[in-house]
Amino acid sequence: MKYQGKAHVFGDDINTDYIISGKYKFKTLDMKELAKHVMEDLDPEFYEKVQDGDFLVAGRNFGCGSSREQAPLALKHAGIRAVLARSFARLFYRNAINTGLPVVECDTDEISPGDRLEVDLEAGKIRNLTTGKVLTSKPLPPVMLKILGDGGLAAHFLKYGDFHLTGEME
Amino acid sequence: MGKTIAEKILSTHSGQDARAGDTVVAELDHVMGQDGTSPLTIDVFRKMGGRTVAYPERVSLVIDHSAPSPNEGVSSLHKLMRDFAREQGVRLYDIGSGVCHQLIPEQGHVFPGALVVGADSHSCTYGALNAFSTGVGSTDMAAALISGKMWFRVPETIRLLINGTLQPGVFSKDLILHLVGDMTADGATYCAVEFAGEAIQALSIEARFTITNMAIEMGAKAGLMEADEKTLRWVNERYHGPCQPVSPDPDAEYREVREYDASRLEPQVAVPHRVDRVVPVGEVEGTPIQQAVIGTCTNGRLEDLRVAARILKGKKVNPDVRLIVAPASRRVLLDAIADGTLTTIIEAGGAVVTPGCGPCVGTHNGVPSNGENVISTANRNFKGRMANSNAFIFLASPATVAASALEGKIVDPRKYWQYESGAGVVRGGSG
Repeated sequence: MKYQGKAHVFGDDINTDYIISGKYKFKTLDMKELAKHVMEDLDPEFYEKVQDGDFLVAGRNFGCGSSREQAPLALKHAGIRAVLARSFARLFYRNAINTGLPVVECDTDEISPGDRLEVDLEAGKIRNLTTGKVLTSKPLPPVMLKILGDGGLAAHFLKYGDFHLTGEME
Repeated sequence: MGKTIAEKILSTHSGQDARAGDTVVAELDHVMGQDGTSPLTIDVFRKMGGRTVAYPERVSLVIDHSAPSPNEGVSSLHKLMRDFAREQGVRLYDIGSGVCHQLIPEQGHVFPGALVVGADSHSCTYGALNAFSTGVGSTDMAAALISGKMWFRVPETIRLLINGTLQPGVFSKDLILHLVGDMTADGATYCAVEFAGEAIQALSIEARFTITNMAIEMGAKAGLMEADEKTLRWVNERYHGPCQPVSPDPDAEYREVREYDASRLEPQVAVPHRVDRVVPVGEVEGTPIQQAVIGTCTNGRLEDLRVAARILKGKKVNPDVRLIVAPASRRVLLDAIADGTLTTIIEAGGAVVTPGCGPCVGTHNGVPSNGENVISTANRNFKGRMANSNAFIFLASPATVAASALEGKIVDPRKYWQYESGAGVVRGGSG
């Protein structure tokens, strides 16, 4: 499936406190409410700027810091379709797949704020419609592809009642 | 080819010959969740079709991040945890019990060779006891509650060999800050890190927890140490089941081995807003501070409070500084009362709060004002971490924090930590 949207660009080492501050996440399980505060310490207008289906683009080590799953969930509820980064911190990466937020590891240096992107998750291709450049993403490990394909780990468990990953383990 | 500690523990718990890069589903010895992550876990548990927790005796829920509750939103999430714990028969450590990463080892839920997950990124702390322990999110934890298992990609391992001896006034916190600065915030991403060498062996178990606690700050999945006599003595006082200590094979394959000399290390400070922006204390000496925090899962243990008390004894905290002290657990609090440590801290002007995470994670108990500088024994100094993105957080050892609290500015603690030659007693400070 191909998705089109606008790029919102951030730098390296965006931690989960920046994505959603601890002062909000402890108070509620209402992700729509949390989404209003997503990225606000770095860009107070972020939530207002994001259109449904846009992409968050970042540098190295995106999502470092805490284990809070509210980080990918708040991004998803703010309308972010996928996160593209040069690299991801392990916990965010796992949590994003588990909650069904696609994460794309690719060279993001040549994506500028406002560029329109077309992301093809299956093919691992990112077309920058503004510049015409095409990027290739690092493929997801088979286990993660399976979980993402099932719609996240909750949907996977709902379907199988347990881990059902034998075919995906090398 | 031999195996690393991580490969061995994931092999025994999955029943497979686990090697770096493999994916395994492994049985868990313990599962922990705190009040920032458990409410979402419970929500997901139900959405996943969960009815009963597979092994309630292997689960601990801890209310520590906002304890006691500062507002009604938090209160309702705490109630959700209490109701779930009662319904499922799982252990709940309620407010005042302490910080999860102090409680889980202290209450005997971790042992050498164990496989543990916690819905908190600093769950890597338990690696000091030779357990493979890592942080997970709420959905992973919900799956662990339902199945008693989790899937793992077996990590490659980086071995950090620390030679030499830490000098007086230099502590395990200074060492780990230096290592994080050198490795950088993503230097060990997806990897396990083994901490070894004579400087690690010389540390107490409490001081070792400070090291493994911050493995995540270099991106690591787990921070691991071998079990020695100190480890076994410490564990045997708290855990009474079987355990199998795990050592790496001499021919284990590492992604990288780095060596360090602890003897030359000076007190270190991580400066805003990055944990890996680490400098010797001399480079920031004189920076004014308005708040000082001693506590957290990194440095809220009895040994840490004693170090602070030794520096604060008979002196007064600078009138322009608020010193906030959060003992890591009820046990630590009681011990610090019993031996007079807390009296010393309170007489010096320290404000003692309920054992818990509050000041470190910005939920309550010490939110700084705009433009203020805070020096803290915590593990993170991200912008906004303490709930004000216009404050500046410096990270240091309990000694550096206590000495800085006395002077109202960042100072080298060694002038308060001088020994009579050979006698090993404090001569007293110059403040």
